[in-house]
Amino acid sequence: MRNGHLDPIDRAIVASLQRGVPLVERPFAELAATLETTEATVVARLARLIAAGVVGRFAPMLDAEKLGGATCLCAMAVPCDRFEDVARFFEQLPEVAHNYEREHWFNMWFVLAVERREGLLDAIARIERETGLEVLALPKLEEYRLELTLPL
Amino acid sequence: MKNVTLDPIDRQILLASQDGLPLSITPFAVLARALGLEQAELLARLRRLQERGIVRRVAAVPNHFRLGFVANAMTVWDVDDAHARRLGRTVGALSFVSHCYLRPRRLPVWPYNLFAMVHGKSREETEGQRAAIAALLGDACRASDVLYSVRILKKTGFRLRPQDPEAKDEPCSG
Repeated sequence: MRNGHLDPIDRAIVASLQRGVPLVERPFAELAATLETTEATVVARLARLIAAGVVGRFAPMLDAEKLGGATCLCAMAVPCDRFEDVARFFEQLPEVAHNYEREHWFNMWFVLAVERREGLLDAIARIERETGLEVLALPKLEEYRLELTLPL
Repeated sequence: MKNVTLDPIDRQILLASQDGLPLSITPFAVLARALGLEQAELLARLRRLQERGIVRRVAAVPNHFRLGFVANAMTVWDVDDAHARRLGRTVGALSFVSHCYLRPRRLPVWPYNLFAMVHGKSREETEGQRAAIAALLGDACRASDVLYSVRILKKTGFRLRPQDPEAKDEPCSG
């Protein structure tokens, strides 16, 4: 796993676990059998993959909209000399679910996710107030794919 | 979609697990024990939450960069509204597109309405993916751009907050 070089078993574990586990007492049993290894090995490798940052976390993925909340993709053009400050501000803002630096005039792209629809406008207003920068809000109108799995 | 409420036990389960399940061959048993629940009840509740779509799945979140996908890009397209829905479905079905959305334009600063996330192991590969999308869109596409990811600054995902959302928010201090 040095330098991000995963062995085939690591890759198979990530590929399978990104699609989800069955909600049963022994959620790794089937995967372990497929890989001809033990559940303990799967869990030990998962722990290593998490420690190495290859896997962010292993947890229930929640859908804010199904809970009556909302999500919204937003972008900002942040001056270079303020970029790290704004990134740090977003780091501790719970409404910011994801944040990416991108190569573009709009160089900061983030997803707001809130448990109540009304929280979205509040969050945008707060960000604009605290940063003095304009937020470009791009809520989704339609979604054509939400398959977060990549061929590994 | 209004008035979706989580009962307090569901909420407790999600709060206790959203940062990561116990790394055990029986993670649900360990979690149930920590919460003072029977494992069977915890599993039944998680299954119900999954049926309702509140839990999409219980899964690992991979870091694309660390998996060797170093050329991740948001490709954006200004697609004729008359064809945007049909073409969005077609683009979304491509194997290398992980997410595809129709979004509002924000003229004059943002003329693009179709967004497709693509992931390559090199920019060359990603440019090939972009060319394949361009070919699919054909004349319906008036302009496009590509925004490569430089860094993941935050990837916590949506998280429940400990307080009841019905309760009035206290103003943030500090």
